[in-house]
Amino acid sequence: MNSTSVQSDIVLHLNHISKRFGSLLANDDISLELRRGEVLALLGENGAGKTTLMNILFGHYTADSGEIRVFGRSLQSSSPKAALSAGIGMVHQHFTLADNLTVLENIMLGTEPLWHLWQRQQNARQRVIALADQFGLSMHPDAKIADLSVGERQRVEILKALYRDVKILILDEPTAVLTPQETEALFTTLHKLTQAELSVMFISHKLQEVMRVSDRVIVLRTGRVVATVPTAETTPAALAELMVGRPIPQPTRQFQTPGEALLQLAAVTVASQDGRPLIDQLDLTVRQAEIVGIAGVSGNGQAALFNLLSGLLTPTSGTVRLYGQVCDRFTATDMVRANIARIPEDRHTTGLIGDMSIWENLILADYAEPAFSQKGFLKRHSAIAHANQIIQAFDVRCPSPFATVRLLSGGNMQKLILGRELSRQPQIILASQPTRGLDLGAVTYVHQQLLNARDRGAGILLISEDLDELLSLCDRLCVIYQGKLSAPMPTETVSLQTLGLMMAGKDKADAI
Amino acid sequence: MQFDRRETVPLGLAVLAPIAAIAIALLLCTPLISWTGMPAFTAYGIMFTGALGSPFAWSETLSRATPLMFTGLGVAVAFRARFWNIGAEGQFYLGAIAATLLGTGLLNLPAIILLPLIFMAGFLFGGTLLLLPAILKTRIQVDEVVTTLLLNFIVLLVVSYLVEGPLKDPAALGWPQALPVPPEATLPKLGGRAHWGLMIAIASAILIWILNARAVLGYQMKAIGANIQAALFAGIPINWVLLLTALLSGGLAGMGGVSEVSGLKGYLSLDLSPGFGYTGIVVAMLAQLHPIGVLISAIFIAAIYVGADAMSRAANLPSYLADVIVSTSLLCMLVSILLTRYRVRWRS
Repeated sequence: MNSTSVQSDIVLHLNHISKRFGSLLANDDISLELRRGEVLALLGENGAGKTTLMNILFGHYTADSGEIRVFGRSLQSSSPKAALSAGIGMVHQHFTLADNLTVLENIMLGTEPLWHLWQRQQNARQRVIALADQFGLSMHPDAKIADLSVGERQRVEILKALYRDVKILILDEPTAVLTPQETEALFTTLHKLTQAELSVMFISHKLQEVMRVSDRVIVLRTGRVVATVPTAETTPAALAELMVGRPIPQPTRQFQTPGEALLQLAAVTVASQDGRPLIDQLDLTVRQAEIVGIAGVSGNGQAALFNLLSGLLTPTSGTVRLYGQVCDRFTATDMVRANIARIPEDRHTTGLIGDMSIWENLILADYAEPAFSQKGFLKRHSAIAHANQIIQAFDVRCPSPFATVRLLSGGNMQKLILGRELSRQPQIILASQPTRGLDLGAVTYVHQQLLNARDRGAGILLISEDLDELLSLCDRLCVIYQGKLSAPMPTETVSLQTLGLMMAGKDKADAI
Repeated sequence: MQFDRRETVPLGLAVLAPIAAIAIALLLCTPLISWTGMPAFTAYGIMFTGALGSPFAWSETLSRATPLMFTGLGVAVAFRARFWNIGAEGQFYLGAIAATLLGTGLLNLPAIILLPLIFMAGFLFGGTLLLLPAILKTRIQVDEVVTTLLLNFIVLLVVSYLVEGPLKDPAALGWPQALPVPPEATLPKLGGRAHWGLMIAIASAILIWILNARAVLGYQMKAIGANIQAALFAGIPINWVLLLTALLSGGLAGMGGVSEVSGLKGYLSLDLSPGFGYTGIVVAMLAQLHPIGVLISAIFIAAIYVGADAMSRAANLPSYLADVIVSTSLLCMLVSILLTRYRVRWRS
């Protein structure tokens, strides 16, 4: 009794949690405490053990050893239900909402019995509206989830947790999918939550946000807690070093004068099967030795633009010029032959074939070239030699070129793709979200590779949702919104705020 | 209960798991055999000697395995590219029709020319049959499982028409069977009922193995099977490769039909195949789609059928037991494949 009264402001206590998967120690003796009314940031790279720890807390895994105490009581049975009834709610990175139901129905689903539904719905509606007002989560309870934006869906998830009377809210990478304005709104909500004495655990790998929003930071590295610091007493650089375990060199960006136009799009439209334009009358030029960035919330035509230039789509109208020549054949092979490097957004589904070996993956784009095949047979030796070369040049950590790609880490997979695409000395580089889900070290590496390619004269089209990335790498920036592309802007003239507003569909003039 | 993917599969496990799976399958079948009144071990003893215990038994098993090798190879080739060919039965019969059409009097050639010719014709017939579903799949996305399966019944009705009508053997005393193939279109025997079809099957398996491991086409087929989106992104001509895969897959099953007519039966009839096409799927799955594995698993399954026949003759047991044993083996093998790839953890 005595100890509980002393620690009454500690709402959640993780005590020496360890979890092992085979040979991997995912959580190594992790202890942390969450206090009433604070935002605690859990910072760490991929594979640092953040997700495992949260899955243990939320009952998806059982810890090998250690104890979880919620409000002084031990959390025994490990199931999401037990965690919920103990007052812990979680908003996952990938939302768990039924698209064809309304906001209210989603909130009630799994919370309320379906008996006397109408009566319950009336009560629930009032509570939802009250909660939404209290925490700044404005929301129409009868809107269909399918019609909501990503930011609104996240608010529904938070409301769902609040409706269940949670006192502890865990947010897993909540800003990954948000525009700057939506992020801002989320932070306001978090502030209101902590004022209402709720406690928030904020999982992230973005340093700036952690600095902005948290009261304390816990840094995880390779399954261990390496530091617990009050946010006010640290700096982003110090946190980065704690997170990675070594100082991170910043990529160097030299001034370059752009050369001739390599890639020109004039009034290019790509329509979907039902005739709706995916990209609409798009004008764009990428010159030698420059990086042109495309900002935008995903789903606004980026995929169509990338697929068009990758040779998976054909334009409905407009002209595409490569090196000044009008391009009239749009197949993947033609684009590869035109010396375009393509770095796709999704390493697992489009970039690589997980069940094939490294050397087989490294010749995917040019297995048909005389260097790697002859008279219908693969030149295995040259392909393996090529793989060894890339593994060395791009520092891919792998047992051998025969290793299955699936077993590599995300960073190493990305290095394979970079190696495959950049070792061909491409003149045009197409990169879509090239650093998504990568560790800080790997992100820096990818950025450096892109800058190096720019320095040797390549023209790079960088599609990204990470605005910091765009602002730090690009020479010029465009914003894509509902298939329309803004006029290019020199990066120096653009602010984060302007970008955010333009991404939400405002004109540049209005935005400034 | 959770499954964790193993990072590496130890060699011992990879070798022992299939053997253990088959041992467990046999163990699971013992109550059923005991129930028929015979001690299970005696029954398995009879099965073993009946299938592999003498040169005669071997020749029986190998002759039974030969068509399974062809259909198994055909299925394995298609499945590797994730083209679900369930129609090996129909392709097998179409190969047999080709052998009958060309081999029973239409062409008057010496065996050395006629035999390769009817094998090629069987390959083309079987392959062309599978091209139809492949074209439907690549052009208008028709599910090939449905089309290939239903084609089997269409082909069987065509065979039924042929052996009752235009190809009917008048000397067959009214039995619905086609004209027999003359000696020029008959494969030489290897001893007992085993015939040269076995050698052709083994050669085909080796060729497929080389194709898979070394050829550009094998690489493309593997890429399409493992991740069709990445294959598309890389610029692999998916439709073209799928058509070639279909031709090869159906062709191999068709060669099985030729081999059965000109090597063993001598004529086309409706009972030429007791489901070789369907059993070919089991053969391919047991072999984990590896062409050399197909040879081994075809012999294994043939041995069970031949052994079960011997058992039923000796002890008057129903030969349906063979189906039970084969199916149980497949289930055990699938579980063992799962266990070699994943580690099971039980939640505390």
